[in-house]
Amino acid sequence: MELARLPLPQRIGRRLAEGIDSTLLVLMLSLSMLGLLALYSASYDVPSRVVGQLINLAVALAAMWLVAQVHPQTMMRFAVPAYLIGLALLVAVALFGDVVNGARRWLHVGVTRFQPSEMMKLALPLMLAWYFHKHETTLKLRNFFVAAILLVVPLGLIAKQPDLGTAALVGAAGFYVIFFAGLSWRVLGTLFGLGLAALPVVWGFLHGYQRRRVLTLLDPSTDPLGAGYHIIQSTIAVGSGGLWGKGWLNGTQAHLEFIPERHTDFIFAVFSEEFGLIGNVVLIVLYSLLVARGLVIAANAATVFARLLAGAISLMFFTYAFVNMGMVSGILPVVGVPLPFLSYGGTALLTLFIGAGILMSVNRYRRLVQT
Amino acid sequence: MRGLSELRNSEQELYQFQMRVGIAGVAVLVAFALLAARFLYLQVLQHDVYRAKAEDNRISVVPVTPNRGLMVDRNGVVVARNYLGYTLEIFPKRVRNIERTIDEVSEYVDITNRERVRFRKLLQETRNAESLPLKNRLSDEEVAKFAANRFRFEGVEIKGRLFRQYPFGDVGSHVLGYLGRINTQDQAKLEEEGVGANYRGTDYIGKSGIEAAYEPELHGTTGFEQVEIDAAGRGIRTLSSTPSQPGNNITLTLDMRLQQVAEVAFGDRRGALVAIDPANGGILALVSKPGFDPNLFVDGIDPQYWAELNGSIDKPLNNRAISGLYPPGSTIKPYLALAALETGKRKPSSTIFDPGFYDFGGRRFRDDKKGGHGTVDMYKSIVESCDTYYYNLSNDLGIEAIAKFLAPFGFGSRSGIDLAGEFTGVLPSPEWKAKRFKDPRQQKWFPGETISIGIGQGYHSYTPLQLAQAMAMLADVGHMYKPRLVEHIENPRTGETRDFPAEVIHTVNLRRDNVDFIKRAMAGVTKEGTGARAFAKVEYTVGGKTGTAQVIAMKQGEKYEEAKVAERHRDHSLFIAFAPVESPRIALAVIVENGGFGARAAAPLARTVLDYFMLGKVPPGMEQPTPEDDSANDEEVESGE
Repeated sequence: MELARLPLPQRIGRRLAEGIDSTLLVLMLSLSMLGLLALYSASYDVPSRVVGQLINLAVALAAMWLVAQVHPQTMMRFAVPAYLIGLALLVAVALFGDVVNGARRWLHVGVTRFQPSEMMKLALPLMLAWYFHKHETTLKLRNFFVAAILLVVPLGLIAKQPDLGTAALVGAAGFYVIFFAGLSWRVLGTLFGLGLAALPVVWGFLHGYQRRRVLTLLDPSTDPLGAGYHIIQSTIAVGSGGLWGKGWLNGTQAHLEFIPERHTDFIFAVFSEEFGLIGNVVLIVLYSLLVARGLVIAANAATVFARLLAGAISLMFFTYAFVNMGMVSGILPVVGVPLPFLSYGGTALLTLFIGAGILMSVNRYRRLVQT
Repeated sequence: MRGLSELRNSEQELYQFQMRVGIAGVAVLVAFALLAARFLYLQVLQHDVYRAKAEDNRISVVPVTPNRGLMVDRNGVVVARNYLGYTLEIFPKRVRNIERTIDEVSEYVDITNRERVRFRKLLQETRNAESLPLKNRLSDEEVAKFAANRFRFEGVEIKGRLFRQYPFGDVGSHVLGYLGRINTQDQAKLEEEGVGANYRGTDYIGKSGIEAAYEPELHGTTGFEQVEIDAAGRGIRTLSSTPSQPGNNITLTLDMRLQQVAEVAFGDRRGALVAIDPANGGILALVSKPGFDPNLFVDGIDPQYWAELNGSIDKPLNNRAISGLYPPGSTIKPYLALAALETGKRKPSSTIFDPGFYDFGGRRFRDDKKGGHGTVDMYKSIVESCDTYYYNLSNDLGIEAIAKFLAPFGFGSRSGIDLAGEFTGVLPSPEWKAKRFKDPRQQKWFPGETISIGIGQGYHSYTPLQLAQAMAMLADVGHMYKPRLVEHIENPRTGETRDFPAEVIHTVNLRRDNVDFIKRAMAGVTKEGTGARAFAKVEYTVGGKTGTAQVIAMKQGEKYEEAKVAERHRDHSLFIAFAPVESPRIALAVIVENGGFGARAAAPLARTVLDYFMLGKVPPGMEQPTPEDDSANDEEVESGE
């Protein structure tokens, strides 16, 4: 074709750009750049973090590119194995996992440790999308029951670790698939009602520290040096940022170490303190555009599998962003959810970019517009 | 057919899916809008609140404690100063297990059991203290040892701090007073006075004596440093600082060496001595024995020593000179004689015959001397301390006239000295009695009660300060000065001084020849009278009067036999004196508790003090008095620049 006539570098460029959705990429890279800025500010004591995050970013980009090259049809083949492997690993964690901070979340794989629950964030929607795709023509309520079981088993294992935050996120991803698959509003309403009714029961199953987190959210001042400390200090950071922020590298809350976990889960506090409401709005707009782009891709997807998966991944981006920012600004309980594209950490970044790669693949093989 | 329905079905499904995507999109927007509203609330509406909180977080105001003012005596001898010492301090909030930490620290620094007990007590008593001293005055070796292992102890630090030091030890302890840790009551008082902020960073406050009375002068103004701190409370950098202003230096009217001579002369005996400059009311010496070592209070006194001081029947913490009440005994006689002269009731030459007793109202009042003094004129009545003369005289004068004459001399009223805790005493009078008693039968003044008033017994009850004040007033022919302990106060930075000038409270018009006569008679006491032995071969002129005050009432007819009376029930020995007679430079009153006759204990003590004052003669058994300077190696820190 034409490609053959282009000089080599341009030919490579073209090949690399193939299947990459520039809108998504630009949004993601913008967010990542903001993240690097905030990370640089938060890492005045460990500058190597920024370099580390750049490497993470490179790896994640490569993974995204690879995934974007895979046809959704091929992905379907991975659904069941990925799900089963994920499930097996979760069981393994429950049996032989490392305990860190009182929670059994990590699994030793050779020299490195690995959180299988992270893998489930994608494996579960993949599995459910595959399942609904398989039963596309004969979808009955019974299928939803099966889907619910597919959802609840890994969820229970993760919640048991205990890692309520991840469980909620994985559960949300699965729920989005079920929602997009067309579970009737009546059933949704009933489930919602049952969920509310079950709250006291859930409360009974919560660990002490989990209950405390919920309670301190309601009134952080009850425990200003303990569980309330995170919320109080991060809220102060956000509030003291004001309209314009204190300026890059000028956040006192962050630089004087009042913000715990300021590289990871609480990086939004650092960002918000230094860039103020303006910065926050920019962030929200970027996330909104990202989610919107994902939903558009989902709406135009070629198959049931592709659309369900794309829709669920899009809403996952939203969920992560919303939960994290809500937690840092004190309207949601403190759960271990990183801020997408901004928080330091390779695993989370990898999941996000792979998710984006799936979106790109779905977009590449989208439904041909019927005329 | 089937294919078509399938197609329609999937189209319907697609439509449904896209509807749900739309709903999801709206939900996302609503959720993000909610978040944005939260940001708007925090960052715009509540911005001021959170900015203030962030500043509070960030900036810690660290007080810079001022150096406390020094005290020097009238000759410039330093009597209270500061020195730099190292303390081992524990920050209770930063230490998890205090007992264990103390155990661990004791591997490097010797911690005695007393120090542990004291620390526990401090911990209980003080709330909100940043840090509390575990051990004071660390040796250089201990400082080095601990510093090398400091990293092991979070919340334990060595602090350099100024300590108060009193070079004369227990000499003058009641006048100088002592410092103690600011307790809850002190704190409340400071807040009430509106100076709480000035005491941030100050752990100690004057608790008694000059230290307490002149606390506002001595303390100085606390400076402040604004320090940026991190979440762990570590200082990062100083943002601004306001230096502290040292406290003012106080020059006392006290002659510390005179004070020391007097205290050494007391030895282990209890009692009090007050010496005043009659020309201006300046206190030269103010002794209360037993005393205490104010240096022991500086570090936060250990409970055992405190219990000893507080529980002792000798009450060493009481300042007997201003709060001890004693009958004046015969020392009241010169004033009554003067009253007789001034009112014309007696002439110096008029005589009585003393058979050794005085009968009044069916009661027999005995003279101290068996068989009596024979024919007695006023001179002899003072020199020999004839009781019968004064039984007779007080009956002639009447209680009203006595009270009226004695009142301006300060008997039974507060002198207004600048020390806390001064007692009023009792100048007996019918009015006083009517007020004092509730029972109407007791409220009446009986004429018989007037008789013993003449020899300083009965209801008389005065502080040694009042006795000395009266003596000074007589010596200065009727001028009553307000007693002063402070000569002037100096600002160490500007060198500005504020004088505390002599202040005449009132003047009584006394006839000079009458006063001179009394003085002559009192001079006679030391030459040929009851004080002659104590003042044998004295090289200056001195007037005096002995006194003996009963501690327990003797029944009439009962003979007082010293040997049979328990030590604490023995009479108090008193002496008042002034010197030189012609133009007095010193007036004093001495009381030796349970010392027996005035001539035996109090008069020789007065002689020792006067010998030093008049001649510079150091009493035997005492080296040239110098402050025991045990801190010669300590770095002495003078207040101010």
